[in-house]
Amino acid sequence: MSGRFRDIEHVVRAAVLFAVGFVAFAIIRWALVPADFGVYGFYRAGALADNQARPVKYAGQTLCLDCHTDVGDTRKGSRHATINCEACHGPMARHASGNFDVKPQALNPRLLCLQCHTKGVGKPGFFPQIVPADHGGDGPCTDCHKPHHPKIE
Amino acid sequence: MPGVDGFIYPNEVELQWSVLIVLYPFLTGLVAGAFILASLERVFNVAAVHPTYRLALLTALAFLLVAPLPLQMHLGHPERSFSMYLTPHRESAMAMFGFVYLWYLMAVLVLEIWFDYRKDLVLAWRASRGLKRKLYGVATLWSDNISERSLQIDDRLARFITVVGIPSAFLLHGYVGFIFGSVKANPWWSTPLMPVVFLFSAMVSGIALVMLLYMAFCRIRRVPIDMPCVDTIARYLFYAFLIDFSLEMLDLIHRLYEADESLHALDFMVKTRLFVSQIVLQIILGTLVPIALLGMIQVTRLGERARRSVYAVAGALTLVGILAMRWNVVIGGQLFSKSFLGYTTYKMGFATREGLLPAILILVLPFVILAVLVRILPPWTDEASAQRQKA
Amino acid sequence: MDQPRRAFLEQTGRFILLTGAASLAWDYVLAGAPEAAPNYVATDHWWGMIIDIDKCIGCGNCVRACKAENDVPTDEPGCYRTWVERYQVRPDDMEHPIVDSPNGGYDGFPEIDKPGEGVKVFFVPKLCNHCAHSPCVQVCPVGATFESPDGVVLVDKDRCLGCRYCVQACPYGCRYIDPRTHTADKCTLCYHRITKGLTTACCEACPTAARQLVDLKNPNDPVHEYLRTHKVHVLKPNLATGAKAFYNGLDGSVR
Repeated sequence: MSGRFRDIEHVVRAAVLFAVGFVAFAIIRWALVPADFGVYGFYRAGALADNQARPVKYAGQTLCLDCHTDVGDTRKGSRHATINCEACHGPMARHASGNFDVKPQALNPRLLCLQCHTKGVGKPGFFPQIVPADHGGDGPCTDCHKPHHPKIE
Repeated sequence: MPGVDGFIYPNEVELQWSVLIVLYPFLTGLVAGAFILASLERVFNVAAVHPTYRLALLTALAFLLVAPLPLQMHLGHPERSFSMYLTPHRESAMAMFGFVYLWYLMAVLVLEIWFDYRKDLVLAWRASRGLKRKLYGVATLWSDNISERSLQIDDRLARFITVVGIPSAFLLHGYVGFIFGSVKANPWWSTPLMPVVFLFSAMVSGIALVMLLYMAFCRIRRVPIDMPCVDTIARYLFYAFLIDFSLEMLDLIHRLYEADESLHALDFMVKTRLFVSQIVLQIILGTLVPIALLGMIQVTRLGERARRSVYAVAGALTLVGILAMRWNVVIGGQLFSKSFLGYTTYKMGFATREGLLPAILILVLPFVILAVLVRILPPWTDEASAQRQKA
Repeated sequence: MDQPRRAFLEQTGRFILLTGAASLAWDYVLAGAPEAAPNYVATDHWWGMIIDIDKCIGCGNCVRACKAENDVPTDEPGCYRTWVERYQVRPDDMEHPIVDSPNGGYDGFPEIDKPGEGVKVFFVPKLCNHCAHSPCVQVCPVGATFESPDGVVLVDKDRCLGCRYCVQACPYGCRYIDPRTHTADKCTLCYHRITKGLTTACCEACPTAARQLVDLKNPNDPVHEYLRTHKVHVLKPNLATGAKAFYNGLDGSVR
């Protein structure tokens, strides 16, 4: 009997080695896989919170108009009424939260206004577009148009 | 934008997978092919290729050990690669990599080599001293038994492992083909033929490599080359080539005939950016010329010296051709935009992490490892196998 | 001090403290210190976006806003979470439009002098489609990218290996590798904003409301009426990705 066993002794040793490897792997896996993995799907549930926890840079129009009610009134009925404040004034979340040292940058009308309103072949027909050279000279657009209510009555 | 023709999506300006990803299927293909050659003797009892049996196994091992290296060097976070073992996403073909690799390395190659070499290892253990003795002790798992019966058991187990190893070799390389073939976003890759084409080109490259190595080692050792062995290998190489070529032609003809939206983009790419690597290197030099040479051997009666020269040339061209094929698949598939409206260029660095220099070093390293393996596990002393032949 | 008064003082103190803490927390949320959204129930939402080609003027505000909001690199090639493409389609050749997207549309588009007789020109904003059957999620080997319970495809930056398989698998070219973290990155549908009741940065910045965030699970969301009354498309429908970016007025030449 022991003679037969001696003949497969090396095979048994190899098998034991493999078994130890499996067990070691199982232990390592149990230790290293995060506890919240697989809760909602094949991913780490904490990744949802990671993606939520980013700083917000654009406050959103509602917050702007909470304080700047005069601008809200000015814009009533104008075609710029549906444009969110930060589309022109840039991200203002820090300002809106009370940090009034953070002020919006001074805007250059010829750069900002013309970004949208320069005549472009691809722009839809209903959209007001002008050729800058043929329209109103070299001065800033604000000479004639009020940005919050641009139509000249 | 420099290097861009037409329109590409803004995020496509740089290629995602570099020359290192070209190397990985090349290396695992050589492993699979070398193993299939070894199995010709073990399982299919093609006795003529016996002199290359152990060499094929060692070649497979040397290349398999290097195979993960290009992947690790490519990853953005190689230190996290162990996650593939911890949380493998079962829907992803790439997640199989860790397990298939480990299975093939440990349960197939290492075990088979161990069972075949065990008697030599035990004898070496008995005869050596000091550090070498310790290492051989580990290698034999401190089991001293090389009785007739134990060797018979070894032989049966090795045979069983080889039988299991054949589908395992198919899996090791076939899944790489599936990684590409299952990407519906990329019409150059997306075809059910991809795993099969990869597999047969792997067999072609592995067989050619072992043939070349055998001839080279015989030269180095100044022993005569066993011509029946090499003739047989060349014949199997020829058969594998015919199948491989047929499959690639089938894919091409299908594409040309169906002529769907992507064809124009692909056609233009092949005629311009991919002309040298696809038409010249892969098809003409790497497939048609070797097939013609090997076919010529089948129908003519050339002398030994002439045949050896032909095999050497055919074998070398084959390896170049299969490497070009991997390049054309991996790099080619990324040269055209997924909008089908433009092309970008592959800018390969030299001494960068994914550049030409690491690629060359990775290609050289398996040969260095093989040289070491051949020293510590000489594949030439094989009286045990010779005895098996007589039995 | 007798018990009722003590209890009252305790309660008031606690109330003041909590209100103060809550308002402080809200201020933090608005001011930008990272904080998770405590009251958001993911399964109540199923996010998507409507993009109206007929309204897009190609100003590039969305591209700039996205880069600002999400701290996306501006000086590295190929890092765009959203971008705008301009198409010039000749009337006789819909299969070969001329398309350009200079810097993703970040600086707007240079003028076209003479587009040609009858050539149709329009702008197409693109972003991650947050596919319901996303091929990028399918191929990730370690579960580092996934679809959240509310339909947003996100990346777990702590698990991503940077293998780039997801970038290959995305049919829309919306993924890239962040050169700073060496992990996959893409549009998150401003997950940190939409879970706090705000809209995405790109929608916030769009002057013509060409882009609108929609919640398909919300019965009051105008998207239901919109989808009923407009002919909408998704990109590459033959790939059956379950894309949730719905394009109104999408021309057949758009790739």
